[in-house]
Amino acid sequence: MKANIVVAGVGGQGTVLAGKLIARAAMDAGLHVRTSETIGMAQRGGSVVSYVRISDAPIASPLMAPGTADAMLGFEPGEVLRSLHFLRPGGTLVVNEHTVAPVAAALKQTPYSGKAMIDYLATCGGRLVVVDGDALCAEAGSPKVLNVALIGAAAAADALGLSLAQIEDALRRSMRPHLVDVNVRALHAGARAALRAAPRETEAAAP
Amino acid sequence: MGNEAIGLGALAAGVRVVTGYPGTPSSEILPTVSARKNGPIHVEWSVNEKVALEVAAGAAMAGARAMVTMKQVGLNVAADPLMSLAYLGVKGGMVVVVADDPGPISSQTEQDTRTFGLFSKLPVFDPASPEEAYEMVIDAFELSERYGTPVLFRPTTRVCHGNAPVALREAVAEAAPARFVKDPRWVIFPKLSYENHVKIEQRLPVIAEEFSGYRFNSLAGRGRLGIVTQGISSGYVAEALAILAESGRPLPAHKLLRVATPHPFPKTLAADFLDGLERVLVVEELDPYLERELQRLAGERHQPVTVLGKGSGHLPLAGENTIAAVTRAIGGFFGFDMPAAAPAGAATQPAAAPPLPARPPVLCAGCSHRNSYLAVKRSMRKRRAIFSGDIGCYTLGNAEPLNMVDTCLCMGAGINMAQGLRVVQPDAVQFAFIGDSTFFHSGITGVINAVYNRTPIVVVVLDNSTTAMTGLQPHPGTGDTMMGDIAPKIDIATVLRGIGVQHVEKCDPMQLEEAEAAVVRAVDATAHGVAALIFESPCIHVCPAGPQYVVDADACQCKECIIKLGCPAILSVDGKAWIDNSLCHGCDLCLQVCRFDAIHRLSPAEAAP
Repeated sequence: MKANIVVAGVGGQGTVLAGKLIARAAMDAGLHVRTSETIGMAQRGGSVVSYVRISDAPIASPLMAPGTADAMLGFEPGEVLRSLHFLRPGGTLVVNEHTVAPVAAALKQTPYSGKAMIDYLATCGGRLVVVDGDALCAEAGSPKVLNVALIGAAAAADALGLSLAQIEDALRRSMRPHLVDVNVRALHAGARAALRAAPRETEAAAP
Repeated sequence: MGNEAIGLGALAAGVRVVTGYPGTPSSEILPTVSARKNGPIHVEWSVNEKVALEVAAGAAMAGARAMVTMKQVGLNVAADPLMSLAYLGVKGGMVVVVADDPGPISSQTEQDTRTFGLFSKLPVFDPASPEEAYEMVIDAFELSERYGTPVLFRPTTRVCHGNAPVALREAVAEAAPARFVKDPRWVIFPKLSYENHVKIEQRLPVIAEEFSGYRFNSLAGRGRLGIVTQGISSGYVAEALAILAESGRPLPAHKLLRVATPHPFPKTLAADFLDGLERVLVVEELDPYLERELQRLAGERHQPVTVLGKGSGHLPLAGENTIAAVTRAIGGFFGFDMPAAAPAGAATQPAAAPPLPARPPVLCAGCSHRNSYLAVKRSMRKRRAIFSGDIGCYTLGNAEPLNMVDTCLCMGAGINMAQGLRVVQPDAVQFAFIGDSTFFHSGITGVINAVYNRTPIVVVVLDNSTTAMTGLQPHPGTGDTMMGDIAPKIDIATVLRGIGVQHVEKCDPMQLEEAEAAVVRAVDATAHGVAALIFESPCIHVCPAGPQYVVDADACQCKECIIKLGCPAILSVDGKAWIDNSLCHGCDLCLQVCRFDAIHRLSPAEAAP
């Protein structure tokens, strides 16, 4: 068993916690796990990428080679594209369709379209699962649970090497009690969304 | 997390005193000790790294085990006491944790603390993973105490901010009571320094010999080719060798040396490695430290071996290593035909990708620094002014559209550079912006210098009641400590008046017009000397959000909120400003700058939950 996961988003979206939660579930399952996170300067609205590697054998490095990620959790379409070179052939992309517009985009009036990014991702070879992050957060009842909703979607799409139940257990064990319910709701909302959204098998991904 | 492992390792080693100053990537070590300690252990965020190191040194002189944490540029601040302490030595084990930042990801420099070890003649430990960091910090305390010397412990960002399961051991030592014993050995004098210098030089080869047998240094393999590595790059080398093996070509026989204790250099082990080698590739980050040591050793041995690495252009001189770059370097070293770029992953790019927007870090929506900068900018519209910045979130005021940071050097430098600028350019108003934590760290001496030398600058303290950039640590102005105590708040205005600043004014930057008037008063006051303005408004991460706002698209015309503020919560939608309420913190600055009254506060009933 081996899973390389890239978590890509914008500072402040909860990418660090997402990486930690997946790592915790893998650890509880008795697996080897290594992660690396972006903390500090990049947290102030900059691009952030976390790497999570899970395996039943020891793992040498927290970073992974290009073309070896089994799954990418995209908190933001453009940030997925920025790290796309990590994805392996046939890997799974779970992407929130909503963009976070950079300040420069408004300032310079440069258009930035999430739809163009997602249309492009659909041509890149891999399994693409697009979810409506805003709707999932609304369904769960908090704007702060996008990270857990995306993990739910990825687990349901079988992209993490961990089951939804394993993630839920880790979540219940590691989160503060008053945050558990809303996060469990987000996890399942994400999972249902992934099952509803038939993955778009893209042209280059023919088995 | 690696930083948690270091903190837990120190607890297992019986640490009694832990001090530090926050700095990415080191900031999580000290809070881990504070959260997990169980006993009479003193933990403090000190005012700066020099102070932190000196507090720890005092404790270690009395025989207690002490640890001090900082980032690599913090070691520059603490260099003075460290260099002298290297001569005096310690009684209790003392570990100086200095986190290096290849990239750099969040730092001003890519300096290498291994080279500082060489310079200061102190032993250096260089862990490769969180689990190794845990074990190694315990070894570091033991070695420090046995040789009576402080030791440097040098993780890098990917170790500090990497997570992995770590097996914790029973504590190997308890935090023991300690008492200072008066002895001339604790008073540095030239004669003592000479005597101790001799001892240090005699001791270094002994420690080097011990390091040759150290458990985390390793030598494996055989052949005429050799690879040397360290720290996180060891993992990249292992991955690269696996990738090259999977590519189907048989790997040539090679030796692999991993150096976890770069100083004093484990020569005996390295000599075993060099035996029979013709070519060596060194894979390391930051300085070509091991590369130079091996070249020197090969010279001493008169051995005709070629040492490749950063110096030979096989690996980049600057920035982080990656698995792709290390794979290319090792493949080339093995004589494989390697593609120039990284092997393309699956994500083959069949069509031209849409252009990616640049996404540099920015001031948060609602950040009071935006207001402070805007107030100064607007009041200086018709004046020549130079804006010296400093280190903290407020450095981000350099970005468009604010563009309010003309210089930034290091902690506390802005106030002093403004004085130098004023001396050569007296026709410009000289502003120096400094945050509250940075003011206590190294700002006060600069203000004293300006008052004493009668150099009229405007000091603007951006007081957001926390150390924001590194994760909201308390400081002398916040009224709390890492021991959970309520501490007296040190009032910045009182400090400034006490050191002779005649014009000191506090002001709320969230009220833009009043803030602009305060800026003008401060600039006018420079006719009589140094003037100080304290903009007080808490960081959005330590205060609740305000009400929500909405833009009336029909009324929206000026776009001042977009053009002048650079607020991440204000977007341009169909040519009109639009507020993203999931990001907005309710500061109302956009409402204050709108010339067409197009922005309205939502009533609680209208606001989204």
